[in-house]
Amino acid sequence: MSDVRIGVYVCHCGKNIGGVINPAKVAEFASRLPNVVVSRDYMYMCSSPGQALIEDDIKKYNLNRVIVAACSPRMHEPTFQAVLKRAGLNPWLLQMVNIREHVTWVHEDTPDKAEEKAEELIAAAVARAAHLYEITTEKAPVVKSALVIGGGIAGIRAALDLANAGIKVYLVEKKQSIGGKMAQLDKTFPTLDCSKCILTPLMVDVARHPNIEIYAYSEVVDVSGSAGDFKVKVKLKPTYVDWSKCTGCGLCVEKCPGRAPSEFNEGLGFRKAIYFEFAQAVPRKPVIDPRYCLWFTKGICRVCSKVCPVGAIDYEQKERYVELNVGAIVVAIGYEIYDMSKMVEYGYGKFKNVITGLQLERLSDADGPTKGKILRLSDGKEPKTVAIVLCAGSRDEKHVKYCCRFGCAAALKHVYYIKHSVPDSKVLIFYTDVRAFGKGFEEFYQKVRSWDDVYFIRGRPAEIFEDKDGSLVFDVYDSNTGQLINVKADLVVLESAVVPPKDWEPLRRLLKVSCDPGGFALELHPKLRPFETTADGIFLAGTIQGPKDIPDTVAHAAAAAAAAIGFLLKGYVESVPYLATVNEDLCSGCGLCASVCPYDAITIEEKEGRRVAKVNMIRCKGCGACAATCPSGAMQQNYFTDTQILSEVSTLAGGAK
Amino acid sequence: MSDKVRVALYWCASCGGCEEAFVDLAEDLIKLAEKVEIVFWPVAIDMKKSDVEQLPDESIDVSFINGGIRLSEHEEMVKLLRRKSKVVVAFGSCAHLGGIPGLANLYSKDEILKYVYLEAPTVVNPEGTMPKEVVKVDGQELELPKVLRLVKALDQVIDVDYYIPGCAPPPDVVKKALDTLLSGKLPPKGSVLGASSRSLCDECDLNKTKPEKILLKDLKRVHQVKLDLSKCYLAQGVLCLGPVTRGGCGTLCIKGGMPCTGCFGPLDNVKDYGARALSYLASILDYDDEAQAEKVIEEYVADPAGWFYRYSLPKSLVRGRYQGSGGEAHG
Ligand SMILES: Cc1cc2nc3c(=O)[nH]c(=O)nc-3n(C[C@H](O)[C@H](O)[C@H](O)COP(=O)(O)OP(=O)(O)OC[C@H]3O[C@@H](n4cnc5c(N)ncnc54)[C@H](O)[C@@H]3O)c2cc1C
Ligand code: SF4
Ligand code: SF4
Repeated sequence: MSDVRIGVYVCHCGKNIGGVINPAKVAEFASRLPNVVVSRDYMYMCSSPGQALIEDDIKKYNLNRVIVAACSPRMHEPTFQAVLKRAGLNPWLLQMVNIREHVTWVHEDTPDKAEEKAEELIAAAVARAAHLYEITTEKAPVVKSALVIGGGIAGIRAALDLANAGIKVYLVEKKQSIGGKMAQLDKTFPTLDCSKCILTPLMVDVARHPNIEIYAYSEVVDVSGSAGDFKVKVKLKPTYVDWSKCTGCGLCVEKCPGRAPSEFNEGLGFRKAIYFEFAQAVPRKPVIDPRYCLWFTKGICRVCSKVCPVGAIDYEQKERYVELNVGAIVVAIGYEIYDMSKMVEYGYGKFKNVITGLQLERLSDADGPTKGKILRLSDGKEPKTVAIVLCAGSRDEKHVKYCCRFGCAAALKHVYYIKHSVPDSKVLIFYTDVRAFGKGFEEFYQKVRSWDDVYFIRGRPAEIFEDKDGSLVFDVYDSNTGQLINVKADLVVLESAVVPPKDWEPLRRLLKVSCDPGGFALELHPKLRPFETTADGIFLAGTIQGPKDIPDTVAHAAAAAAAAIGFLLKGYVESVPYLATVNEDLCSGCGLCASVCPYDAITIEEKEGRRVAKVNMIRCKGCGACAATCPSGAMQQNYFTDTQILSEVSTLAGGAK
Repeated sequence: MSDKVRVALYWCASCGGCEEAFVDLAEDLIKLAEKVEIVFWPVAIDMKKSDVEQLPDESIDVSFINGGIRLSEHEEMVKLLRRKSKVVVAFGSCAHLGGIPGLANLYSKDEILKYVYLEAPTVVNPEGTMPKEVVKVDGQELELPKVLRLVKALDQVIDVDYYIPGCAPPPDVVKKALDTLLSGKLPPKGSVLGASSRSLCDECDLNKTKPEKILLKDLKRVHQVKLDLSKCYLAQGVLCLGPVTRGGCGTLCIKGGMPCTGCFGPLDNVKDYGARALSYLASILDYDDEAQAEKVIEEYVADPAGWFYRYSLPKSLVRGRYQGSGGEAHG
């Protein structure tokens, strides 16, 4: 396109622009600029007649560049690009000039200068437009399968939704069983229905679903490729049980003499060295924990292998790896309880009768270490006075700054557990605020408040001390009454802060997902796109994006699944127009572009005996980091080439007239 | 007139190294002498300005001019040579980009003169004598060249046809450039002769030792590390300007255990050498907070202008320190 023919269109935007400057005068100015063939003003360029005006001109004057001086390109760039397309021009031959937000809205008081600025901006755009060129995008097919990482309630829901939409799902769970924290809860607020009763049917659905393949006791160790075509390497940790033979009868677990602290019961009570995570585990296939197995530690026993009716025990088993090819990834690895021993003043880990809310869940569960009786860990006695501390570690500059979002409601539920198990007990709740914001929460709060011997005290305990009898004493400044209260409790329950899982950081780096200040996965937009990430094809489900209760987790997971389904069923991914492109002749293969690309879109490859950069069109997001870095000027970014930018800037620097 | 190519060589603000670069052609010089006739070369042949003035216009085939433009005399002479020559070649970094003398653009003329004649520790000048443009000696009035406000590259004063890069241009580069010029097949005007069109990394043996990603946590000066001479210096945290510098020198400094300092200047697509250099370095510095990065820049790149604009300040977009409006540099 040697002959540059530009049309300039100055919009009044009603009074928005026309009320401050004289668009007709500006258009007249533009008509005298180089390469400008036609220049007009109109009341509303974006209206149908406005658009038709441009479309007709393109044909009539054989235009090959269009400049629209109007509002922000964020607003109407697509509108006018469509006009170019309809007139048979490549949409990237459009250049918008923002004379509304950048000119009339901000310089209303100095209309003369505003007009001058508008003219200068248009002159710069005219200079730039000469260097615009056609841009085409490329499409790549999408692999119609998904990986869900984490098998808590979020991962379960996302996997089921994806699978029901006909998508092949691989569900990777690091523990022996899926289920997550919800499996550890006794009941769920505010309705107090049994947590496992509503969860385990879903777990079974997952196990039975023809489209879902579960990789339990496994971890994602490598991710390569890009949206629509990820290659994922999964490590299957050795279970020392051949799961293909195992029928899940559980004889081995029953007979195993090895004992280990039970993680599922939050360290309260024991499990066997060969174990299921919990009774309703899915998959129902046990694993041997070599740290506690007598064969691994002492070279004796081998009872499991003797009792196994199908000969599934395999002490020689090694870790294995599988390679998965998926189009989308849903991250659902949940959260972890903050290490409460870091709050030394509360004595967790030192005093037996200071426990976390999650430990209380285990005590309250009929399947738990105390068969559902809430007892003191020091002496097995029923606690008559129980102190519940809210925001333990949360909303605390020294520990975790954010709110855990379910501690308040969980505390109300915990009052219920305690009053149910020890009806004549007294419960003191130390709160900062009671945030009962969810559906049905306020009603639940009012109900709990009305119970006898339940006291809400606004204040955070100072240092907790242990008495000789194992009970706990501390002072609290009650900010409602202004009094210092002296408390003696038999049991202290800490509604602890929550943090992202420890192994999130390495996984996050593999996935190239950003994180927020608390370390949780960063969503694409906090309001409008809360389950997508800046990494295309990677979606967030549940608490890995930030603390949530179960209803919110499920809604979030279903939304993530829906977004992933939409992405996968569209069938293709498209490159961005603002793609980086290498001039191979100039490229020295110095590799600096590849070093800075946040999307790993650039590789350095051997070509005709020398090293040159190569951009993966689908991975490139058009951020421009490489173009700014390339010391040779070999890497340029579409629509923002050095020549385009410099012609614009030097026109501005030289003044319009 | 013989059919030999008529050549002139002239020096402006230069160290003399570029003159030496011709002598460094060694035995090739003899072969060269068969093809060229030197009509003007003040360093070697006793000739005066008036001799040049007497030559017909465009009677010199090629003028090689080295050095930056610092004095009114330089300006006069190069304008004269331009008129007398068919082709003008800016020879060496100073004529090409302004060179090391160009760093003086960070100071005003008064500051420079004051320091050089009064303040420098090696100066003894009890009478405070300062150079003057007009002096009387034995009743005779003498006029001395004027110090210009800014050092300029050759093409900021006259039209330049070609450039030969380097501080000074290595013999191979000079030879290649001369071959091109004498071959009669002239490349497009404005070309840089004798060098590569790609950056130094392209011809550097160490390029292939670069890791997949170079993200630097630390910068080191050469005297602070024991450089592994078989690995990319940049990857070892030593600020090598190879990536941003035109190749063609044969990686002489690299082979000598020193990182590239950039004397061949930028590539065709790059407008401002120092800005590019800074931009690439900033991109690969791997810091989370600004203070940390600032500290490293302060410690290791103590003199950023000296690092990034060592040879090219006059040709940068800013040209030098702002010295008030209305100056020649800011038109
Ligand atoms: C004491 C307490 C009481 C609560 N009570 C209630 C309540 O009554 N009602 C309510 O609505 N909410 C309650 N909650 C909140 C509830 O626990 C969460 O909303 C819910 O568990 C979040 O589900 P999730 O799937 O996002 O995360 P999780 O339940 O944490 O599941 C994450 C899963 O991912 C797995 N995983 C982790 N890392 C990896 C990895 N790298 N690779 C593979 N897999 C991995 C984990 O093993 C786990 O199975 C309570 C929370 C606490 C602490
Ligand atoms: S930074 Fe530029 S020169 Fe270096 S490899 Fe990338 S494209 Fe090539
Ligand atoms: S523009 Fe950004 S995303 Fe694209 S290749 Fe360059 S650095 Fe990577």
